[in-house]
Amino acid sequence: MTTPKPTLAVWKFASCDGCQLTLLNCEDELLQIAGQLQIANFPEASSQVIEGPYDVSLVEGSITTPGDAERIRRVRRQSRILITIGACATSGGIQALRNFSGDLAPLVYASPQYIDSLRTSTAIAEHVQADFELRGCPIGKHQLLEVIAALLSHRRPNVRGHSVCIECKRAGLSCVMVAHGTPCLGPVTQAGCGAICPAYHRGCYGCFGPMETPNTKALAARWRELGATDQAVHRAFRTFTAAAEPFRKEADAHDAR
Amino acid sequence: MRYVLDLGGLGQLLAALRQRGFRLIGPVVADGAICYGEITSAADLPAGWTDEQDGGTYRLKRRDDGALFGYNVGPQSPKKYLFPASATLWRSHPPGTADTDDEKPFAFIGVRSCELHAIAVQDRVFLGGQHPDPLYAARRDGAFIVAVNCGQAARTCFCVSMSAGPKADAGFDLALTELTGEGGHRFLAETGTPRGEEVIADTPGAQPASPRDATAADQIIERTAAQMGRAMPAVDLRDLLYGNLEHPRWDDVAARCLTCGNCTMACPTCFCFSVEDVTDLAGRAAERNRSWDSCFTLDHSYIHGGPVRTSARSRYRQWMTHKLATWTGQFGTSGCVGCGRCITWCPAGIDITEEVAAIAADT
Repeated sequence: MTTPKPTLAVWKFASCDGCQLTLLNCEDELLQIAGQLQIANFPEASSQVIEGPYDVSLVEGSITTPGDAERIRRVRRQSRILITIGACATSGGIQALRNFSGDLAPLVYASPQYIDSLRTSTAIAEHVQADFELRGCPIGKHQLLEVIAALLSHRRPNVRGHSVCIECKRAGLSCVMVAHGTPCLGPVTQAGCGAICPAYHRGCYGCFGPMETPNTKALAARWRELGATDQAVHRAFRTFTAAAEPFRKEADAHDAR
Repeated sequence: MRYVLDLGGLGQLLAALRQRGFRLIGPVVADGAICYGEITSAADLPAGWTDEQDGGTYRLKRRDDGALFGYNVGPQSPKKYLFPASATLWRSHPPGTADTDDEKPFAFIGVRSCELHAIAVQDRVFLGGQHPDPLYAARRDGAFIVAVNCGQAARTCFCVSMSAGPKADAGFDLALTELTGEGGHRFLAETGTPRGEEVIADTPGAQPASPRDATAADQIIERTAAQMGRAMPAVDLRDLLYGNLEHPRWDDVAARCLTCGNCTMACPTCFCFSVEDVTDLAGRAAERNRSWDSCFTLDHSYIHGGPVRTSARSRYRQWMTHKLATWTGQFGTSGCVGCGRCITWCPAGIDITEEVAAIAADT
């Protein structure tokens, strides 16, 4: 008799589903994942749901409603290992822009009294313990497969906290800031995307959030020297991981309002 | 022995190297910079291109004399090939699959004096001592080097003060000096090894150089030496840095340092790497990979319980003190060859010579 396969659940909170799609887009590897793990609860892929508890939960999205703040606790209780995936789950996502403005609901909805949401969008780890946080907007397929493979063989995932610059230079790319004068968030952003924007001669947008020791102040000063306005610096830090503390603070420091 | 070749002769020289089974690596325009890449003939060389460099900036520019080597060192160095950014050290695989690895030996074209010195530094790191690195050895073994004496210096160059250039003095098979003035576009070629001599013998266009050509080449090198944009302060760097481990300048540079690691990636002598074990989903195949690492990452100094160098101050100090001082005790030479890459390719424009000067001025 063989041992039963570990079970996998995929959960969605406030998000665009792009990170779950990264899993679905694995295609060939998805079959391999299904060979090693029992996909027990993944509504985006199958309407068949097996009851928990689960060995591994992948959690996408941020907490934006009182209901979700409750639901994440139930997910945590049912999960032996909980891994958050993507910018929403790890920092609050683009919807965390609401954290920095007044109540927007009356501007958007005709009857805002029916909207039951929290004032802020927050990361999963601010509510329950996350055993591993996988960054990205969206997450990268290779990093996701690496985390799952590492989990299956009981080893530490090879996911590093250093800058995008290191993977950019490993890929043999020339620095877009130095060679083109293009402002780039690479030096303060965590690696993992494969330096995809510099590969197309664009500056990094910071989708993977702050790297391990981000010197945002020094980078912002360099952006200003390259001709970026304070507003441009403010906006650059206020995107997909706006609520991540180092980016939040740097955006605040360049807030013209 | 010194020879002179025209453009056709240079083409014959490259063809002779290909004929001998070498994989030609030379300067190519890519990504808005002059990088190292695979070339097949002289037509791939960056004719009429040059660059302007300063702290944190590099701009590709045109030049009107059609020079093939009329640029300063770019973001990459032969390290890209001899110590590749990522490599698999070993792999276990299911029966029926096997790796093949029979790369041709490299012929590097256009290697500058500072780069020759950098290769010599990495030779000591990877091949010296009791445990030579087999991967580096396999790539280095039999590599043919066509050096080029620099016809100009960038604002970030300081090889003269590191005794590493601009004239190629050792470590090459052939060394060229490009002449574009009176007498036409031609190359003075100096042989450094019997192998270089043999390749020149297979280059029909190579003629013995006239004293006039030899003098013209010497003048170009002298002019370049006088053009150095920067200089490492002429002080005992070991005494200076060992005596200033708590100097306030480290806090000053830490405020500007992005800890991004670009300086170490661009440096032609930086040799740090990390090793990662990877397994596949099914647990059937495993491999051990190594890739360039940097002393600016937290993991670089991670030991049980956490990283040792948590502050940017301690990491910048580690990098510079190793490069300029402890390297000498470890390997018998400085780790710096004065190429200026860490200055140009630092997105914040931090200048190693300026940092040393600041500490020296306040000691």
